[in-house]
Amino acid sequence: MTDIMTPTLGESVTEATVARWAKKAGDPVKRDEILVELETDKVSLEVAAPEDGFLSSIDAEEGATVLPGQRLGQVASAPGAQTAPAPKPAAAPEPKVVTPVAAAPVATPKSPPTAPPPEAPNAMPLAPSVERIVAENRLDASTIAGSGKDGRITKGDALAAIDAMASRPSPAPAPLPAAVAVPHEREERVRMSRLRQTIARRLKEAQANAAMLTTFNEVDMSAVMALRNEYKEPFEKRHGVKLGFMSFFVKACVFALKEVPAVNAEIDGADLIYKNHYDIGVAVGTERGLVVPVLRDADALGLAGIEREIGALGKKARDGELALEDLQGGTFTISNGGVYGSLMSTPILNAPQSGILGMHKIQDRPVAVDGQVVIRPMMYLALSYDHRVVDGQGAVTFLVKVKEHIEDPRRLLLEI
Amino acid sequence: MADYDVIIIGGGPGGYNGAIRAGQLGLKVACVESRATLGGTCLNVGCIPSKALLHASEFFEMASKDFAGLGIEVTPKLNLPAMMKQKDASVEQLTKGVEFLFRKNKVDWIKGVARLAGPGKVAVTSPDGAVTTLEAKSIVIATGSQPAPLAGVVVDQKRIVDSTGALALPEVPGSLIVIGAGIIGLELGSVWRRLGSTVTVVEFLDRITPGLDLETAKTLQRSLTRQGVTFKLGAKVTGAKAGAKGVELTIQPVAGGDPETLKADYVLLAIGRRPYTDDLGLETVGVTPDARGFIETDHFRTSASGVFAIGDVTHGPMLAHKAEDEAVACIEIIAGKAGHVNYGVIPSVVYTFPEVASVGKTEEELKAEGVAYKVGKFPFTANARAKVNHEAEGFVKVLADAKTDRILGVHMIGPDVGEMIAEYCVAMEFSAASEDIARTSHPHPTRSEALRQAAMGVEGWTMQA
Repeated sequence: MTDIMTPTLGESVTEATVARWAKKAGDPVKRDEILVELETDKVSLEVAAPEDGFLSSIDAEEGATVLPGQRLGQVASAPGAQTAPAPKPAAAPEPKVVTPVAAAPVATPKSPPTAPPPEAPNAMPLAPSVERIVAENRLDASTIAGSGKDGRITKGDALAAIDAMASRPSPAPAPLPAAVAVPHEREERVRMSRLRQTIARRLKEAQANAAMLTTFNEVDMSAVMALRNEYKEPFEKRHGVKLGFMSFFVKACVFALKEVPAVNAEIDGADLIYKNHYDIGVAVGTERGLVVPVLRDADALGLAGIEREIGALGKKARDGELALEDLQGGTFTISNGGVYGSLMSTPILNAPQSGILGMHKIQDRPVAVDGQVVIRPMMYLALSYDHRVVDGQGAVTFLVKVKEHIEDPRRLLLEI
Repeated sequence: MADYDVIIIGGGPGGYNGAIRAGQLGLKVACVESRATLGGTCLNVGCIPSKALLHASEFFEMASKDFAGLGIEVTPKLNLPAMMKQKDASVEQLTKGVEFLFRKNKVDWIKGVARLAGPGKVAVTSPDGAVTTLEAKSIVIATGSQPAPLAGVVVDQKRIVDSTGALALPEVPGSLIVIGAGIIGLELGSVWRRLGSTVTVVEFLDRITPGLDLETAKTLQRSLTRQGVTFKLGAKVTGAKAGAKGVELTIQPVAGGDPETLKADYVLLAIGRRPYTDDLGLETVGVTPDARGFIETDHFRTSASGVFAIGDVTHGPMLAHKAEDEAVACIEIIAGKAGHVNYGVIPSVVYTFPEVASVGKTEEELKAEGVAYKVGKFPFTANARAKVNHEAEGFVKVLADAKTDRILGVHMIGPDVGEMIAEYCVAMEFSAASEDIARTSHPHPTRSEALRQAAMGVEGWTMQA
């Protein structure tokens, strides 16, 4: 019998939620086969089978909160082997091979309706009042947010959960003629995933802590688009990766960050930390939510290197395979709302960073060039910045530098 | 280089517990104490010796008055010197115990009077007059408190005594006047009344034990009155004249009226305590106590960097366990941990007979705050154990939030309730509802069942009354 343990989750991550079991208890498993997926504040991670055998027990059901070093389940060499429950007094000698009789599923007596529901094995035992309320109202204790010590559920929390349930309108008895009586509830309460909760918390922290404001500019994309159209094929042939716009923006931002170092700085207490490394977070939307993997030392990469890295990080993000290291330590962030069609937005800082560039949809618009109205592919740019660190002139200069480099990409080559 | 990570000034419950915790956490720590023994007021001239006399005097009175009813016929004879001796022996054992704990946790006990001498410096004048200056990264002021004086009443520790003197009277006073109906006055008044004194308690306010739940306080007053204590409430002491044989005390109604002269063999001044912050050298680090002598703190930090204060010298109830909790939290903060004190759950006990114990909010506080609450109350007359012991005075009262049922306050009066309040402290620390206590098994037959029955009463299902 081998324990499946919760792995160490990385710095500053203290707990994880069991997101999904890939196997059911009793299933055969192979060594290194993925058994269970955990979700933390930052990433999801997978736990593999420690050896060949059978998944003999699941200790932490889906939705349970687990700590590093906590047992998730056990793998046994023989099917149906009984799990060792928590340390047992050495009474009868444990039989080495369990007889098939013991393994046969035994019909458990039906529990009376008032009996407390089986607790998640790892959850804190419920207080007597909470246990009664949960049983009488058929609540799922794991969905009640606890306000007591160490997050325990108090009676008040349980009563509030009943109120929340009661306030959901029950399906109306359809008094209207047989119209579209869809038995859908009018609202649905879903527990936020850990990732969602973290995003929510961090966004509010950034808003609460920074003196955040946004400055705008617009950029004529003609030159970059022309360059891209012209060299698209040779570029892909040579580098094995498509030439996108993002690499130009990353390059332009690195240049602008060097010009205006405050945007690449952060506040630490009464100090300012100016960073001489350029680790650019690139916001990626995934089905689980927004994550911002970090492109390391972007100043040392060429356009091809940037495209390659962004491609790799994006794939990892969509596959839920980002490691913690991929998400930490960015100095500046680029968010591209344009991919969803946004024309203009004010991005929120990725704290403790002091700047975030918002890219938007490229749209043909009439603009005045040399006294003539012409149609150009235009994009609005937004820079949200922490005014405690960056002054207005710096912020505007930053955007102008980005604009200049995109409108005349030769500058990237000449570094001017 | 600093001599110590932490120097704690004062070896009372705040100081010695802080020193032990600091030692446990691996800090180099010294505790400076001006008394010859450790333990501060609490161990030497406070909680501990008073409990020794309360315990002994209670038995004396029981033997005189209650034993016969149980079928035991005795005529007790008081041996006051022996009673004092057992008290002193207990005190000595306990102060020695603190010394042992200091050695065990590598705490340096420095004997002498400490005074701050600028940032990070403490000057200690040892009993032989030598002055040593020690340096420490952090300094914790835990100097405690001393009996508060009253204009016109000069404590000579002969006929007019404070709490220290009242613990070591050479004889049982024929009559004793206690100024102040607070916890200390009522406890020491009880001791001497049980041993034979006629006791009168004079109190400025129109109630006893200010701050205590009013219903509980009134019940206590009735009980003490039945025992023979005379209360003069709403009375102001205007002067005291001590002679060789006794004291003449003049009092006047606070509401106005004719002055009255009371005579007694002894007078105990027990109107409260004031922080001990004089001559501490606070000015050398730029800390100024407030008008009443208290040091302002924010999570134990004073306005001076590296200088902390805990216990009676800071605001809050002057209780040994409050100082102890603050000591632990303060030292943990100094050690870079997350020390915390839950001021909402600090219990308080009056060790009279019957005892009074309370934790959390009083009904008066809840009303003032506009909190909707429910009350569950259970009398000890309905408790089997109290009944068979012929000690059925008092009740347990549980106050809980009307909506969430969370326990907000508990007030009880009755024998041994001081030992029983801790159950509710734990419950409140975990935000428990009254129902949580109501659904927790309690042993039968014990007085603790009253705790459960009272909790049941909050939601109207008390079963045994």
